[in-house]
Amino acid sequence: MKALNTTISETPPSGIRRFFDIAAEMEDVISLGVGEPDFVTPWRIREAGIYALEHGYTTYTSNAGLAELRQLICAQLAERYAAEYAWDTECLITTGVSEGLDLALRVLLNPGDEVIVPEPCYVAYEPCVAFAGGTPVRVPTRWEDGFAVDPAVVEAAITPRTKAILIGSPANPTGAVQPRAALEGLVRLAEKHDLYLVSDEIYDRLTYDGTHTCLGAVPGARERTVVLGGFSKAQAMTGWRVGWICAPQAVAELCVRVHQYTMLCAPHVSQLAAIEALREADGDVEDMVADYDRRRRVFVKGLREIGLDCPEPGGAFYAFPSIRSSGLDSETFAERLLKAESVAVVPGNVFGPSGEGHIRCSYATALPQLEEALVRIDRFLTGL
Amino acid sequence: MREILELLEKDSTLSHTTLATMTGRSVAEVSAQVEAWEKAGVIRRYKAVVDWEKVDGADATEVTAFIDVAVTPARGVGFDDVAERLSRFAEVRSCYLVSGGHDLRCTVVGPNIRAVSDFVSRKLSTIDRVQATATHFVLKTHKQDGDSFTDPEPDHRLPVTP
Repeated sequence: MKALNTTISETPPSGIRRFFDIAAEMEDVISLGVGEPDFVTPWRIREAGIYALEHGYTTYTSNAGLAELRQLICAQLAERYAAEYAWDTECLITTGVSEGLDLALRVLLNPGDEVIVPEPCYVAYEPCVAFAGGTPVRVPTRWEDGFAVDPAVVEAAITPRTKAILIGSPANPTGAVQPRAALEGLVRLAEKHDLYLVSDEIYDRLTYDGTHTCLGAVPGARERTVVLGGFSKAQAMTGWRVGWICAPQAVAELCVRVHQYTMLCAPHVSQLAAIEALREADGDVEDMVADYDRRRRVFVKGLREIGLDCPEPGGAFYAFPSIRSSGLDSETFAERLLKAESVAVVPGNVFGPSGEGHIRCSYATALPQLEEALVRIDRFLTGL
Repeated sequence: MREILELLEKDSTLSHTTLATMTGRSVAEVSAQVEAWEKAGVIRRYKAVVDWEKVDGADATEVTAFIDVAVTPARGVGFDDVAERLSRFAEVRSCYLVSGGHDLRCTVVGPNIRAVSDFVSRKLSTIDRVQATATHFVLKTHKQDGDSFTDPEPDHRLPVTP
C-alpha cells in the first residue's frame, strides 16, 4: 500500500486520550479531566431545538448560516466588546470553534508558513496549523507571569516565514486571561511584521476578574484578526457543534468558500437553538458563570491549602496548579493519582512543554465532588 | 450580600467558611451578617427538602390537597381574620389570598384522603363566613419550590475530554 498522508501520520494522537482510556475503565472516578460544562444546555435552548425539530427545520441553511444568528452575534460583539463586524460580509456560522480554527488556518496559510503558538495551549492548535500546511512555532509562557504572553519573546521567534500568531484567551488549559497590554503588544508586532492574528475566544463570557477584551476590538487589530467564538462553553452547548468566525471581509469570504465545499453549513437545528441562546438565555449564562466563579474560589483556595501552588485562573473553568513540590513529572503524577485515588486530571505537558510540572483540573464539576477530590489529592500528596 | 441569601436558600448546609470563600468575604463578616439576618427574621429557619415518596413509598405518603376557599369579607378586616384562623391549623401548610373564582388558596396535608376530607368538612367549611370550598388532591409531585422531584439527568460527558 502507498503511504498515507505524511503530516497526519506524523501528528501524535492527543495525550489526553490515554487518560481517557484508563479513567473509562475505572469506577468511582471523580473526573476533573472534563473540558466541558457539567451543566446541561439550559432548558429554554433545548426546548427551542425540540421545537425546530418538530417543525421540520431539518434542512441546510445558507453556507454562511442563518442571517438572524449572524446579526445577533455581530450586535452582541459590538455591544459587549465594541468589536464591529458586518453580519452579512464578515461573519459566518461554523460547526464549533474547532471548524472555525481549521477554516481560518487553511485560509491564512500557504505551505511552509509559520504560525507562532504561545504554549501551554489547547491541544488542537499545533495539529491544525500542521494540517493546514503550516509549521507551528511554540513560544513558552511562564506560570510565574500568570502565563501572560511576552511580546518580546514572541518577537524573537518571528522569521520571514512567520504568517500569524494564534492565541486563546481565556485559555484552556491554564485559565489565564491575557492582560490587555500583552494583547496590544501582539497587535503592535502584527502591524510591524505584517502578521495575522487568530484569536480563540470560546471562553469570552467566562471571565471572573473584569471584562473580556476581544482582540478584534484592540486598535490596529481589526484588519488582520480572525476572531473565533461559539456556544459550547458559556451556553453549555458542546454537543450542538455551533460557533462562528468574525473576520475582515477578504478572510471571511474565503472561510465561507472552504466551509461551503466541506461542511456546507452548520446544523440547522443548532443554529436555531443558538438564536434562542442569544435572545433569551443571558440570565442562564450569568447564573452558570456565577456558579463557576464560586467553585473556582473554593477549589483554588483548597489546592493552595493542600500545598499546591496555583496561579489565579481569571477565566474559563480550569485551574492549572504546579505539582513540582511533589517531585513527580506531570504524567507520572496524573497516572499515579488516578490509580491511587481515582481522581482524573490531565497532565500539563500534553498542552506543551511549558505545561510540564502542572496538572489541569476542570472545576466544571459539582461542589461536593470538588471537595472530595481535594481530600483525595491531599491524601495522595501525603502518601508520596 | 444578597448572593449569600440566594446561596443559603438553595443549600442551607453551606458553611460560613465556604460562603466566605465563594463570595470573597471574611468568615467573620459572613457569620455576623447571617446572625443578623437570623435575629431580624430575614432568615426564618433552615429546613431540608424531603421526597417522602422515597421514604414511605407512594402508597404510604401523606396526602396533599389544594383547597380553594370562598369567603365573605368583613368590614375592617377583609379576609385577614379567616386567613389567620385557617393558618393556625397545623394541617394547613400554606395559605394565600388570591385573585380569581375563590379568595383563599390553602395547601392542606393529612395522613390520607379521609383525614383531609374530614378536616375540610369539619374544620375548614364550618368557619364563619366560609361560603364554599373546592378541594384538589395532589396525585403526583413533579416539581416543588424550584426542586424537581424527577430523577436528575445523567451526566453524559466522557471522563476526560480536551
